[in-house]
Parts: sequence; C-alpha cells; structure tokens
Amino acid sequence: MSKPKVAFYWCASCGGCEEAVVDLAEDILKVVEAVDIVFWPVALDFKKKDLEAMADGSIAVSFINGSVRLSEQEEMVHLLRRKSQLVVAFGSCSHLGGIPGLANFWNKETIFRRAYFTTPSTVNPDGVVPQEKVIVEGKELTLPKFFETVRALDQVIDVDYYLPGCAPPRDLILNAVGAILEGKLPPKGAVLSPNKSLCDDCDRNKTKPEKLTIKEFKRPWEVFLDPEKCFLAQGVICMGPATRTGCDERCIEANMPCRGCFGPTDQVYDQGAKFLSALASLIDFKDEKEIEKIVQTIADPAGTFYRFSLPKSILGRRKMEAIK
Amino acid sequence: MSNSTFEPRLVGFLCNWCSYTGADLAGTARMTYAPNIRIIRVMCSGRVDPQFVLKAFREGADGVLISGCHPGDCHYQEGNYKALRRYKLLSRMLEQLGIEKERFRLEWVSASEGARFQHVVNEFTEQIRRLGPLNFKFDGGSHEQA
Amino acid sequence: MSQRITIDPITRLEGHGKIEIFLNDAGDVERAFLQVPELRGFEQFAVGRPVEEMPRITPRICGVCPTAHHMAATKCVDAVFHVEPTPTARKIRELIYNTFMMEDHTLHFFFLGGPDFVVGPQAPAAERNILGVLGKVGLEVGGQVIRVRRECRDIINYLGGKVIHPVCGLPGGVSKGLDEEHRVKFLETARYAVEFARFALKIFDDVVLKNKEYVDLVVGDAYKLTTYYMGLVDEKNKVNFYDGLIRVVDPEGKEFAKFKPADYLEHVAEHVEPWSYIKFPYLKKIGWKGFIEGKETSIYRVAPLARLNASDGMATPLAQQEYERMYQVLGGKPAHNTLAFHWARLIEALQAAEAMVTLLEDKEITNPDIRRIPTETPTEGVGVVEAPRGTLFHHYKTDERGLVTEANLIVATMNNSAAITMSIEKAAKAFIKGGKVSEGLLNLAEMAFRPYDPCHACGTHALPGDMPLVINIYNSRRELVEQLKKE
Repeated sequence: MSKPKVAFYWCASCGGCEEAVVDLAEDILKVVEAVDIVFWPVALDFKKKDLEAMADGSIAVSFINGSVRLSEQEEMVHLLRRKSQLVVAFGSCSHLGGIPGLANFWNKETIFRRAYFTTPSTVNPDGVVPQEKVIVEGKELTLPKFFETVRALDQVIDVDYYLPGCAPPRDLILNAVGAILEGKLPPKGAVLSPNKSLCDDCDRNKTKPEKLTIKEFKRPWEVFLDPEKCFLAQGVICMGPATRTGCDERCIEANMPCRGCFGPTDQVYDQGAKFLSALASLIDFKDEKEIEKIVQTIADPAGTFYRFSLPKSILGRRKMEAIK
Repeated sequence: MSNSTFEPRLVGFLCNWCSYTGADLAGTARMTYAPNIRIIRVMCSGRVDPQFVLKAFREGADGVLISGCHPGDCHYQEGNYKALRRYKLLSRMLEQLGIEKERFRLEWVSASEGARFQHVVNEFTEQIRRLGPLNFKFDGGSHEQA
Repeated sequence: MSQRITIDPITRLEGHGKIEIFLNDAGDVERAFLQVPELRGFEQFAVGRPVEEMPRITPRICGVCPTAHHMAATKCVDAVFHVEPTPTARKIRELIYNTFMMEDHTLHFFFLGGPDFVVGPQAPAAERNILGVLGKVGLEVGGQVIRVRRECRDIINYLGGKVIHPVCGLPGGVSKGLDEEHRVKFLETARYAVEFARFALKIFDDVVLKNKEYVDLVVGDAYKLTTYYMGLVDEKNKVNFYDGLIRVVDPEGKEFAKFKPADYLEHVAEHVEPWSYIKFPYLKKIGWKGFIEGKETSIYRVAPLARLNASDGMATPLAQQEYERMYQVLGGKPAHNTLAFHWARLIEALQAAEAMVTLLEDKEITNPDIRRIPTETPTEGVGVVEAPRGTLFHHYKTDERGLVTEANLIVATMNNSAAITMSIEKAAKAFIKGGKVSEGLLNLAEMAFRPYDPCHACGTHALPGDMPLVINIYNSRRELVEQLKKE
C-alpha cells in the first residue's frame, strides 16, 4: 500500500511555518514515516519539472504557506492545485494574507521607491531598480514579477482547508495531519481550529466586569500591564473577541494582548470590521465630542484590526489614488 | 475631476422607526430628492454592521449614508449611540483605506423630518458628484495592468 | 560555445534563490550571480504603525531568527522613546537572546552546515545530512541535539510567549518576568547547554580538525575571500550579541571604524543591482567598488567568523580558549577562510551558553522590576543586535504620537549578499574548467554559500535523502544539453 504523497511549498513566507513543522521534533518522524514527501523546496531536491511530470491529483495533500506576492508564487500554487487532491492553506499568510498583507496599504511603486531610493542607507545615483528581465554583461537574467496587491491563497486557487496561526501551534498541526491521514476531515472549507473566540478559552475572561466599558485607551507601552486582568478591561486593545481560539493564548501568557493571527470565527467575514464594531460598542461615551476625542486616541485602527487579515478583508487593500 | 455626467451611486441604511418613516414622508409629500440613493431599511441604526458599509463600497457604492433617530429618541434606547461610535471609528479606518470621509455619512432624521431627509440626500448626492466616482478595485495577479 | 548553468532553486536562502553561472567560449566560468527573487516591503508598510508594534511585526521578516528581529526592534523602540530598560529587564532580554543564539547555532551545525564537514564534501549525497552526521558521531548525539534545542526553545517560549515570533519586548522593559522556580529550572538547561556546546566543539575537533583533507579545504584558496569584517563588541572589544559598539576591521585586521549604532548611516550604504531584489551593503567611507575582494574592496562580511575577526576575543572563558585555538590553527587574525564560519559558529554557541549560565546564576534576574514607562516624546532611534547570520540594523522615525513615519532595515544576511555572490563565483571558477561540469561541482558550489547560513536555514538535510541541487546545462541556443542531479 503506497504511502500518501505530500508536498510543502512556501510563497511570500518568513519560514516560520517551516520552522513550526521542524518543531514537531520527534513527532515529525512519525509523520515522515507515514507519508512520502514529494516536494519541499527548502528540504528536498525535487524541482518544478518533477512536479509538472506528476499526474494531476496524484498528490494527496499540499500544504502551502505564505501569501501570493510574486508571479513565481502564483504559478507554483496553480501547479500544486492541479497536482493535488487537497490543498491546505498553512498559517496566517496563506489563510488571510498575514503580515506581508500590510503591504496592501501601499503598492509596487511606493514599495520599490522606498526600498531602492528613499531608504537613508541606499545609494543609488543611477536609479537602478530590479527588473523582470535584464541583460548584464551580455547575459540575460530574470526575476519574477512583483504584483501590486498581496493575495491570500484562496484568492488565487481553490483551498480545501485552513490551518490558522502565525505560526500554527504544534498540536493544531499534529491534529490536522492526523485527521488527513485518517480521512476524518470536516466539510470542505473548514478552518482546522475550534469555532469559538479566544475569550472563551482565555484565563482572563473571568476578570471581565459584568458590563465592560472603556473610558480611555492605553497603548501597551504606556501602562504597567496587569498579568491577570482582561486587557480590554485595562483599556488595552486586545483582538481576543474577534479572534478564533486554538492557540493556547500564548501571547496572553506572555502578558501581551492578542493581535488576531488566527483570524475570525466562521460567522464573521471581515475580522477587522467586526472587531471595530465590538470595540466601538465598548466606548463609554454618548456625547459626540467625547466620542470623537477617544476615537482619535486609537493609534492605528486599520493596521491593528487588520494586522493579519488585510487582503481577506472586504475591501482587501487601500485605494491608492486617494493618496496625494 | 468630476464630470457632469457622473451619477453617484449611493446606499442609505435607514432606521425603521425614524429615518425610513421620514423618507416615506418626503415621498408621500412629493418632496423631490435625488434618485441616486438606494435605501435599505434596518430596524435600528445600531443594526448597521461595519461590514455592510464596507461591502457597499466594495460593490460599487460611491457614498454610504446611515440615518437614525436623534440622540435620546432611539426606539431601542441606545442603538443610535452605538451607531455614532461605530461611525466615528469606521470613518477613521476608511480614511486609512483611501476612502475619503466625505463619502461616509451619519445623519439623524426623525419620522416627521421629510424635508430634512430631502435636504440630506440632495446635498450628499451633489457632494459625491463633485468628489467623483470611487472606482474601488482590488487588483492583484497576472491580469494586473500596472 | 558559451554555456549557462542554472541552479534553481538553491535551498536555505530567504525564501527563494537561484544561482546562474555563465561559461565563456573556453568553458571557464566568466560570471556567477546569486539572485534573490524575494521582496515584501517591510520598510514601507511599517509606515503608519504604532512603533511599539514593530517588535511584533518585524519578526515576520524571518521565522528562523524572529528573536533577532524582536530584540533589535525592542532596542530600537527603547531608543525611539529615549528610555533604558530596567537592569532586570535587560538581563531577561540577554537571557532570551543568548539562549536563542545557542540553539540556532547548534541547529545549524548539526542539521545544516555540519554535514559538509562531518560527512565530507566527497561523500554521497544521501549521507550528507543529519543521519550521516549521526552515523559518524553516534545516534545518541541526535537525541541530545533535539533535547538541547527543545529545552532552549522552552525558555524562549516561557519568557517570550512563542518561540516563533516572541512578543515580550516593550520600550523600557519586557512584559513578563522570571520567578525563582523557573530560574532554577532554566539554570539546569543552561549548564547542559554549556556541556553540549563543548561536546560539539569536540566533535568538530575529532571529525574535522584531525582530518588533513578537511583542514586543507578550510585553509585553501577556493573558499577564501579577503574582505573587511564587522561585529558588535563590548567596551573591552569582546564579542557581544546583544549590545555594544559596531566595530569594523580591515582585511589585515586593523580597526577601521568603531561607532555607535545610531551613527550607522555614516558607515554603511546599500548598493542596488537590477538582477536581484536584495541590496548589497558596503562601507560608505570607501564607496562602492564593485564585487571585488582584497585591499581595494569596500565589501565587509558579518556573522560568526566576521564577529570573531572584528573583536579582540570572546567575553567568556571557555569560548576564549577555543577562540585562541582556532586562530592558531588558521594561522592568525583575521581569518579569511569562509569554511571557518562553521567553526566560529560553534565557539559563539559556547559563549552564548556560558552567558546563559552567568545570567541565570544571578538572582537579580527574578526581580519584579521589569518595566520602565517612557515619559519622553518619541522621535527616532536605531537598534542593533548581532543576529546569528550577522549584524542586524533596525531604524525607525516616528511622529510625536509614536506612529512610524519611516523605517530602514539592514538585515543580517543581507550584509553578506555581495560576499556570498563572490564566494560562489570564486568556487565556481576554481572547480569548473574547460566546460567540464562534474558531480563535485554540486557539492562544492553549495559549500560556498552554506557557511554564511543564509537566512531560512531550515530543514535541509533534516530529512534523509536527496541533495537539493540540480544543475541544468544549456547551450547557447537555450536548449537543455545535460542535467546533473544528485540522487
């Protein structure tokens, strides 16, 4: 009985999801024994040509992490989709767009301008910019195209399951891999983590007052953070209410508020908008001027509420023409 | 750079008890107002989820209006205050996303204020006409122009 | 007929990388390029973010060394707010940081770089991985490597929340303290780490240094590159990973510059080429001289060997002994031998472990005073640490509310980008002649960049099997003539 074929691939990724797999430590050997890894650029020799030569659908499952930023990544994920029965979006970047998704507040021109011209250490008097195709000393060199907009994986290909987190925790990975190998998966499209919000599992939940209201917002650097009390009750923005559980509240345990890397629960489409709604409801003022004042103290609404999910938000990116 | 042939597409979320009734009044009293607004009736302005507003813009709206009862008059006591707070925060966030705050409005219109409704819609329509179409696009991928 | 050799993808580079080698009509190497086809734009999308969030955003530059970014960002935010961490907070940060250096360096040696040496460049591909290493040194070692790595990562998990993307850094302190129970537990880990680091050096000694063939390779010309060297040093010019002044020595070992992190712009500049998304840092005062080595160069290297070259010694006693030994074998300072990065890496791991012990033996580290609330208006700051792969610069400017208006990042491996491309070209030129492309080329080309441990060193050779290289040989009509693949 041949072992199921498995592939791993990374798009615009930091490698943390790859590290998460290595962090399975001894447990990874059980996985390695049970499957036949046919493609994993970081680890094994197989090339795009080998992938192309495989029969369509011959890979049981492909785990793809990272968001789609470059043309090479777009081509690879289309190829992997053809060759795989199941595709799992592994980690926040492929699930929601992730941190690289913050680039959707900008576009290619502004990013290139910063990287290759206006950064104070860059010395570029000839205005050189990386090119998709360039002749250097008579030799042609190519680079993949840099898109204007970052996309999450399901904005490019059909995705079967999502493994959330930045990076997904060990237990979640093991459970997911186990479920796949045993064929015990939920309906297609499921996020492989419980469908409740972080607050439901958080130890600090019981410290929330009966009616939670906020009179003043505090940024984490401004105050001593009480290690037992709910962050929102301290006036510190915590994305817990709008974030799916399953991470063991690791950031909370380190006494820092949640930033939403697991994305929303099933009932919510746009994590940032939903959180905005909840947070606004907690503000304890009725007078328009007071409300205006307190809202101004929230430092970076879009970048905080959409920290990991900008590409998958309803708007998905900033409209650039409005920038003068 | 607006052109005189641009017809703004506006979406209005009107609360059942006050604003929708006020709009009805404008209609039955034959107070002419710009036909650009598409009205969606909700039970309370506090029912308006920010996701609705974002969806409207994503789907082609050039402007979005929320209208509810005057502060203190909400049929459900506090719903309109929630709307007010959400509106303030959402306006800020929309600006960060490149959508000018003039495109998103919150107004209080009571059941008897047909004329006020007429005025609000006409003014909003002209303001958006001057601002121009939003043309929101989520570009990305090998089909990109840029 | 001129030929072109593409090595794509190479493994263990930030995301993706490819090597292009061009042969002239005689079949000798004319040029080689290492292209990094990766860019995400952190320097731009940092704009508008609250600066205290940068320690939570920038680790996503790299999931293998997130702690390095977290620490550089935290120190930068200290500087932006003009606040110093409390003494206890500083000790906790140093503990996290040294623990991270120790486990990262150890992982690299056993899983990644080590196999080059321990198993040997001529060994079959299937053996050049952790299993081959264990075959030579014993299976028990594998268990120990996993144990030391896991225990070290447990320390970072506890204090930082998550080992992949820690969260505890704040301007003026850290978010979580250490209690006595955990101090004692972690001290045990630290002591074990010292033992293990010494053991790793012994393995290096037994397997590499006692093997003349390897030693010849290490000191030989093909892998030698004459450049400047940069690293952080403390007030005694000893190697320090967490803090200090940046010191640069010239190819003869003389001090060329020593400066505060805040002054980096006077000394470091970045050059742009159209064939790679990565930039090429060089010494500003000399100016860009191209991809050359030797006396006229303006290229500097970073990471283990460079740090040792740029310093006057190690800061801890056992590591210092090993430092002296290494330079004795290599014939003095500075050492230009690229393969010696592997050796220097182990010496650094030992210092990191010794530092862990010193920090944990000090009961001060359990003091609850871990936060100092900033009182000054934030403006601008620079934070620098030594990441495992080199000097890491974070620089942020903010408005008076502390929202980022500008960010500049020079990221560890990047400092070596010119050197890596040159090393590959040099090795290629040494081993590919007259159009003959052999199996040995595969190994030897890889060996040119692996010592630098380019960021993303994860997993390669962690699983048994294939050497991750294929070489395509195209004739001048772009037809595939031959394909060499390691089986």
